[in-house]
Amino acid sequence: MRAFLLALTISLLASSANADDPQLIIKDHKFQPERLEVPAGVKFRLMVRNNDPTAEEFESFQLNREKVVPPGKEIPVFLGPLDRGEYPFFGDFHQDTAKGVIVAK
Amino acid sequence: MLASLLIVFREMLEAGLVVGIVMAATEGLAGRTLAILGGIGGGVSGAALVAGFADVIAEAAEGVGQELFTAGILLAAVAMLTFHTTWMSRHGRKLASEIKDFGRAAVKGDKSLFALAAVVGLAVMREGSEVVLFLYGIAASSHESVGAMFAGGLIGLVLAAAVSYALYRGLLAIPMRHLFSVTNGMIALLAAGMAGQAAAVLAGADVIPSWGERLWNTSFILPDGSWLGRALHALIGYSAAPSGVQVAAYLAALALIVALARLAPDEKPKPKTASPLAETKVAAQG
Repeated sequence: MRAFLLALTISLLASSANADDPQLIIKDHKFQPERLEVPAGVKFRLMVRNNDPTAEEFESFQLNREKVVPPGKEIPVFLGPLDRGEYPFFGDFHQDTAKGVIVAK
Repeated sequence: MLASLLIVFREMLEAGLVVGIVMAATEGLAGRTLAILGGIGGGVSGAALVAGFADVIAEAAEGVGQELFTAGILLAAVAMLTFHTTWMSRHGRKLASEIKDFGRAAVKGDKSLFALAAVVGLAVMREGSEVVLFLYGIAASSHESVGAMFAGGLIGLVLAAAVSYALYRGLLAIPMRHLFSVTNGMIALLAAGMAGQAAAVLAGADVIPSWGERLWNTSFILPDGSWLGRALHALIGYSAAPSGVQVAAYLAALALIVALARLAPDEKPKPKTASPLAETKVAAQG
């Protein structure tokens, strides 16, 4: 039980916001930055923040992720470990403008 | 208009395929149209509710509330579908022969009908909530007129319903005595796909281990984003680059459903009644 609580505490601490998490910001239905470099071979947490007044959905087929980002909110997307390469993503609700690519190096 | 048409069609196609299979699987059951319509209605209300609470759900559980919620919906649907296949493997043959003898829409299968109506509701709710968020976003930013948006959405919905109906009619071309075996098989694959997807979503949120981020990658043959990829994803759980735990959950669910269906004792079809007298005897027994 104690070990469990300890593990829980650690995992909760680990999941609280972290300054060095890579971040994407949605503004005017575009991602900033549109090209985001991340380290290959490690797990990381991508924070996606939506500064638009309407919802967006972060989606990537290559990364196998889709997640709604409500207006004014920031949500975590857990990724990796990724092989070196490029992983395109898009905003499902504004596919003509919201496009980007994650580059794992 | 085209944007809302495409997104509504895309999201509703998946729910529509589920509805098509469920319609074929409930062929001949009394009250099934009402039950399925009830499922769709409940799903639409649920979708509006989920969209309304999108920010609450998104921020719950340290930001993985959405994944937990989606996985919960998927697993509930898997449970309902498992119940249906087990029930059908026990009653299916009898049901098929009764439908042949007494005509369609005359046979009772209340429990199974309820389970499938719930599956329809869950599918519509899951896919529909995204449509609501999207359409609300367009209406709020109003780059295009609300009228054009709704027209596009309506066309998308009609197209998805048409695919759903085509699948249903196609399945009905199967002779009655084989129909429920086919729909049972399709429902087993549907359930396995949903179980795999639930596992993928949970692994994506780092709630469970992924057992390998991608076991293989067939996106150069059939990408997830293509129309065929999407349809197969909805029907049999196709995923171009599945994680280990996704494949494991898929196989485990499939094995469980097949095992339960095999274990369920088969109810033999009633012998054809030769005379009115024999028929009253059967009725009196029942």
